[in-house]
Amino acid sequence: MITLLTWSVIILAIVALCRLIKIYELASEMRGGKPQWEVTEKDNRMNARLMLWFCIAFFVFCFWVFFITKDKLLPTAASVHGAETDWLFNFNMVIITVVAMITNFFLFYFAFKYYKGKKNETATFFPESRKLELIWTIVPGIVLTVIIFLGIKLWATITAPAEGESIVMELYAKQFDWTARYAGKDNILGQRKFKLITDTNPMGLDASDPKGNDDIVVRGEFHLPKGKQIDFKLGARDVLHSAYMPHFRAQMNCVPGMTTYINFVPTITTDEMRKDPQVIKNVKEVNEILAEKGEEPYEFNYLLLCNKICGTNHYNMQMNIIVDEPEQFEAWLSKQKTVGESATATAEKKTEKTNLLAEKKK
Amino acid sequence: MSDHSHAQEHHGHDEHHHQQSFISKWVFSMDHKMIARQFLSVAIIMAVAAMIMSTLFRLQLAWPEEKFAIMNWLLGDKWAPEGKMSPDIYLGLVTIHGTILVFFVLTGGLSGTFANLLIPYQVGARDMASPFLNMLSFHFFFWGAVLMLAGMALPTGPAAPGWTIYPPLSALPQAMPGSGTGMTMWLLSMTLFIISALLAGLNYIITVLNLRAVGMTMMRLPLTVWALFITAVLGVLSFPVLLSACLLLLFDRIIGTSFYLSDIYINGMPLEHSGGSPILFQHLFWFLGHPEVYIIILPALGLMSEIISVNSRKPIFGYKAMVGSILIIALLSFVVWGHHMFITGMNPFLGSVFVFTTVLIAIPSAVKAFNYITTLWKGSIRFTPGMMFVIGAVSTFITGGVTGIILADAALDINLHDNYFVVAHFHIVMGLSAILAMCGGVYHWFPKMYLHMMNKKLGYAHFWLTFIAAYGVFFPQHFLGLAGVPRRYYTNSTFPIFENLVDIEVMSTWFAILGAAAQFIFIFNFFYSMFRGDKAPKNPWGSNTLEWTVEVGHHHGNWGDKLPVVHRWAYDYSKPGAKEDFIPQTVPLADGEQDEGKGYH
Repeated sequence: MITLLTWSVIILAIVALCRLIKIYELASEMRGGKPQWEVTEKDNRMNARLMLWFCIAFFVFCFWVFFITKDKLLPTAASVHGAETDWLFNFNMVIITVVAMITNFFLFYFAFKYYKGKKNETATFFPESRKLELIWTIVPGIVLTVIIFLGIKLWATITAPAEGESIVMELYAKQFDWTARYAGKDNILGQRKFKLITDTNPMGLDASDPKGNDDIVVRGEFHLPKGKQIDFKLGARDVLHSAYMPHFRAQMNCVPGMTTYINFVPTITTDEMRKDPQVIKNVKEVNEILAEKGEEPYEFNYLLLCNKICGTNHYNMQMNIIVDEPEQFEAWLSKQKTVGESATATAEKKTEKTNLLAEKKK
Repeated sequence: MSDHSHAQEHHGHDEHHHQQSFISKWVFSMDHKMIARQFLSVAIIMAVAAMIMSTLFRLQLAWPEEKFAIMNWLLGDKWAPEGKMSPDIYLGLVTIHGTILVFFVLTGGLSGTFANLLIPYQVGARDMASPFLNMLSFHFFFWGAVLMLAGMALPTGPAAPGWTIYPPLSALPQAMPGSGTGMTMWLLSMTLFIISALLAGLNYIITVLNLRAVGMTMMRLPLTVWALFITAVLGVLSFPVLLSACLLLLFDRIIGTSFYLSDIYINGMPLEHSGGSPILFQHLFWFLGHPEVYIIILPALGLMSEIISVNSRKPIFGYKAMVGSILIIALLSFVVWGHHMFITGMNPFLGSVFVFTTVLIAIPSAVKAFNYITTLWKGSIRFTPGMMFVIGAVSTFITGGVTGIILADAALDINLHDNYFVVAHFHIVMGLSAILAMCGGVYHWFPKMYLHMMNKKLGYAHFWLTFIAAYGVFFPQHFLGLAGVPRRYYTNSTFPIFENLVDIEVMSTWFAILGAAAQFIFIFNFFYSMFRGDKAPKNPWGSNTLEWTVEVGHHHGNWGDKLPVVHRWAYDYSKPGAKEDFIPQTVPLADGEQDEGKGYH
């Protein structure tokens, strides 16, 4: 009954609105002697002014949003190439901001200035000008050539394979978590095969590959040494994922059936980053919000996020990254169990279990 | 004048012989004007559906902890128990929102409406080359749209791997609910859609090439026709690739082939698929996908050229450069697809080639934007609602376009790929520009389509609210991206690091609500004007193009006995020495008068 009533009220309102608009149209036509749809000088003047006001408001809005977010944008880059890409980003950003502002300004300004009215009854016939068109083909051409050149040069250095000494490790993705694997003493990762995957061997590590014995598998969080080159190999076992580490300006997809690569050099330890004034400010803001919600306070950590839609819990597929001084890193790594060690441990546990069972049976 | 009266006579005669039943007139119509209106109606319904979806997920993003009765009402107990949206339906909504807007609204809807309406009218043809194929094209489109929406009602929900449907997620029904029947439905719907696009495209191309009126040389074509023509060429060359990609995906799903799958272990089971590559799909998808964004934007640019010129009362500046830009954009659009794949593991050298081609495309795009602005310069601008929307579209084309230069730079894309910076970029440059231009087109050609005028004041209100909301929704999203917030996240609240950005999400959502509400003004105006608006005169805007030489009404065959003969280009506005500030294309050149469409001089 209520639904019926609501609908009839809505329909009546629409009908009434139609009548009102019609009356308004007729009234204005009678007054002006012109059909309602014809654009009058008054309309032109009003909209021309609004165009200019919009332009100003738009610029103010853009800068205001930039201003209120500026401490969160491109958080301090924590890798060597990150600092370079940030420089290139800022360089490009300055160019495009200037271009976008100037062209937008002229667009709205001309719309404001040249509206049809008593003062501006006729337009100027100006179908083409070779000179102007050449200018605005060639000038963007030159600017874009610079942009292309700088971009390609940097891209080539970033994507070059890791050279010299580096720490080889793997990031392995599955719905919906990450596993990290270090190559260990021999710095070579052991083979893994998807057919070997079981509940106890979630990566499908091949125990028959001797190179894999010294590998170290960690979950929850992984550590990186400051100032050393890390050579990542990325893999996935079910669908596409993307390893996104925003603070290091690093991202690469993880593809089932294929290995992808990235490498970078971390430059700031987690402890140092926690003292970064920008980070301190943000953490403070975040903690105020969390306190309001009654949640635990937060401490800054580097993040590895999944950035390729991968299913229901895509939004919560994360792993913390801790960047240590090299000595701390070595100390941490040496405390982790290698694949060989944990295999022996499980094997021992198993034999213990079977022994116990056997004893019980006896 | 005798021509006209004759035409009328002929016409009455004609109608007498073509008694049309309700079904042949309204459903299985072969008249290009009716088919244009059919496309527009479906596009509006689809656009409203997609808009409601986006409003729902904007609510979720701004207030992830809140419960909304409206979600429960629209999505049901399964997907929004007690008004709390589930992650699965969130991904489904995002996917269907994207698919509907990219394909059903801005490809089928935009080209379908305006190519059907304007190509025969503006080239001076009685109808499309094949009215029958044209009718089929609409019906494939319609059923594709029905299937796409019907996916929402499936027990496992609609397709949910994002509108780009990357396998393996889209190939493995066990990967998530949205990869189940919904995904198959999506593929079937898209197959119908692609057939529709191909039938339509072939028709548009042939009509432009073969059915131009006497005197309508290629260089006298209005830019609308040029844009729609090249768009059709792009579609015909690239859609078959997506069709094959979709069919191969369907085979992987249904009959166990391994085109895109290899070495997969999922849900406790290793799969038998081996030797395929998920990256192959991405190459095939983006081989369509990138021309696709130009399939969307070129018609919009075409409408913009025409509307700006008519309402500035000035010829479009640099007609030849505009045609040239369209051709260069079209050509380049086929060699830039890899910029969607910089970080997929594609060879980095290939990446740098794509950087080069992608950044190049900024040049013809910039030329177009500069030429629009110069057309306004020293014009005598009349702010019809159509003109306002088009000025808005030029602005969003610039603002969204420039960030493309950043994303084209592979080194910078690493950090911005698939986060909100990209979302802001393509929504502004492609989504907003095309939607604003499409609205502009509807206001401008409404008198030709529905024979009535739309209400001007409501049009102004619609424009200003929409324009303000549009920038308000998407501009702040650049900053979310720069802070590292990934797209397609059901909520950012699992990351404390993003917690203090929620204000930006909230702002974006409020603007989205404003924008959505403003569209009801348009819908009201649309239906109100259709039935009760002022009767349209023959040439309300004082335009030169041929559609405005047709007598008011929907006449089978458009013109009477005689087709119009074209004597000049379409942009003789405010020509010195002319009596009026426009000279229709059918007016012969005066003694010693030169046709501006011919050569530099």
